Amino acid sequence: MSAVFWEKEVETLCREKLEALQLQRLRATIDQALKTPFYKKRLSQAGVLSGNDIASFGDVRKIPYTTKDDLRQGFPYGFLAVNTDDVIRLHTSSGTTGTPTAVYHTRDDIARWANLCARSLAATGASQRDVFQNMMTYGLFTGGLGLHYGAELLGMMVIPSGSGNTPRQLQLMRHFRTTAVHATPSYLLHLFGEIEKEGLTLSDLCLTKAYVGAEPHSEGIRRKIESLFGIDVYNSYGLSEMNGPGVAFECIAKECMHVWEDSYYAEIVDPGTLEALGPGREGELVLTALTRQATPILRYRTRDLTVIEEGQCACGRTHRRIARIKGRSDDMIIVNGVNIFPSQIEAVLMRVPEVGTNYQIYLDKQASLDRLTVKTEVAPEAFTGEFVALEKLRNHLKHLLKSEILVNPVVELHEPGALPVSTGKAVRVVDQRNEAYCG
Amino acid sequence: MKIMQISIFLENRKGRLHEVTSLLGNNKINIRALNIAETGDFGVMRLVVDKPQEALALLKSKNFVASTTDIVAIEVADKPGGLAEVLKTITDNNVNIEYMYGFVEKRSDQALLVFRFDNADNAVAALKQNGIKIVTESEIKSL
Repeated sequence: MSAVFWEKEVETLCREKLEALQLQRLRATIDQALKTPFYKKRLSQAGVLSGNDIASFGDVRKIPYTTKDDLRQGFPYGFLAVNTDDVIRLHTSSGTTGTPTAVYHTRDDIARWANLCARSLAATGASQRDVFQNMMTYGLFTGGLGLHYGAELLGMMVIPSGSGNTPRQLQLMRHFRTTAVHATPSYLLHLFGEIEKEGLTLSDLCLTKAYVGAEPHSEGIRRKIESLFGIDVYNSYGLSEMNGPGVAFECIAKECMHVWEDSYYAEIVDPGTLEALGPGREGELVLTALTRQATPILRYRTRDLTVIEEGQCACGRTHRRIARIKGRSDDMIIVNGVNIFPSQIEAVLMRVPEVGTNYQIYLDKQASLDRLTVKTEVAPEAFTGEFVALEKLRNHLKHLLKSEILVNPVVELHEPGALPVSTGKAVRVVDQRNEAYCG
Repeated sequence: MKIMQISIFLENRKGRLHEVTSLLGNNKINIRALNIAETGDFGVMRLVVDKPQEALALLKSKNFVASTTDIVAIEVADKPGGLAEVLKTITDNNVNIEYMYGFVEKRSDQALLVFRFDNADNAVAALKQNGIKIVTESEIKSL
């Protein structure tokens, strides 16, 4: 199969011209960022007063990193560079201590994001002949709406099914002859297991492609999904701070994900020292969005660990690629595609006096899906002797946790002293899911 | 007329019940009635013992999560319809039973049952009025 391009000129631009375009857009982005309260202060402290202060990529190090914590502190309007009248959408992500982060989009921002998603889908050979069933969550989570807009722009017939309700997903796939789906890898494995239960066989479906993202997975899992369904599976990378999906995407070569470098400037740094790492070294991905009007974000520490592949891709695109995400440089955990910080769970437990402060987060697989168990200890003074009160407490905790982390947890009540006391955060999370990050 | 029940929160772990019972046994506390309400990962063990105050202090000193609940112990004729008769009185007086269980032993031709009522005072009054024997704490001790 030969490569299909959405915008051949920019996708195959020679490195020299691509880098010149990046530098020019980086300068414009800095000027745009200087319109925000946060960067006006942050950049002037760093001695960057205009985009022109960046003469070459060597000057990029003058620009301070931006962290998730910065975004939280800037909530709600600290990173907004345009008048709210010009904003047509916002996405927020839940925060670790109750403060969310917000990313705003102008009409042009949305159009450019959709264009990158259309480009990504086209790079896998998708076209207007495809029927695209989008099994990602719609709403504040960017995974659903992001690829939805890109798929429409490409001209695919889009079925916005959203996540969950497997019997209905399968009915839709059968009725409308869905050829491409977008889901988490664990959901696709789950979906496969349900085909037979719904009285269907693979031959009732017309699936040829799947786009997987939102949670880390191994090459082995990709191959497994490919062989189970008899389809091609493409890896997708994005994060809401950088729009969402469409930051980096695999092409038909299926060897790492092209970062759309006309729109993002990618660096790899050592998460400990924050020193830039040379080609081929694994470290934390740092991204700058190069074309955003409403929410310019410079040198954002994604906390995702990967490596930049410098070599030429067989597809002919000149945009460098990143390897599948190897892990995180913070303690964020991903459960069925949903990002969760242990501190969110801790904050909920702290608000409930009937349980102690010691807890453990236990992750395992139930069939193909992730299961999150929160183990807590009952506070002795809160025990009334009534069994029913304990069941109520458990349900109360489940409800509070669900509204904070957006995932239904299993809640276990234990006796005080039963759970290991840990001083470090990492020990509080026990991850028994195999395959999660292994390459 | 109410007697003290000891409730212990126990996680579902091998040997945990044995730990409770051997602690009580080693300290010469006798279990008169026992019941366990459980779900997958934890349970509540309910005990009527001969020396409740002593048992509670002992359990707490060993870091068991324990507390006390007022319950009513009733003598029921050990014959067909014996329990139904008692329950009728309770129902007629609009009292609800949260849970109930039987004693380990019985005396003569009477069975002993333990009730947790939503309104123990009303229940006791109604039972007495209907001539149903309520067992006192000292009677339990001397069983």
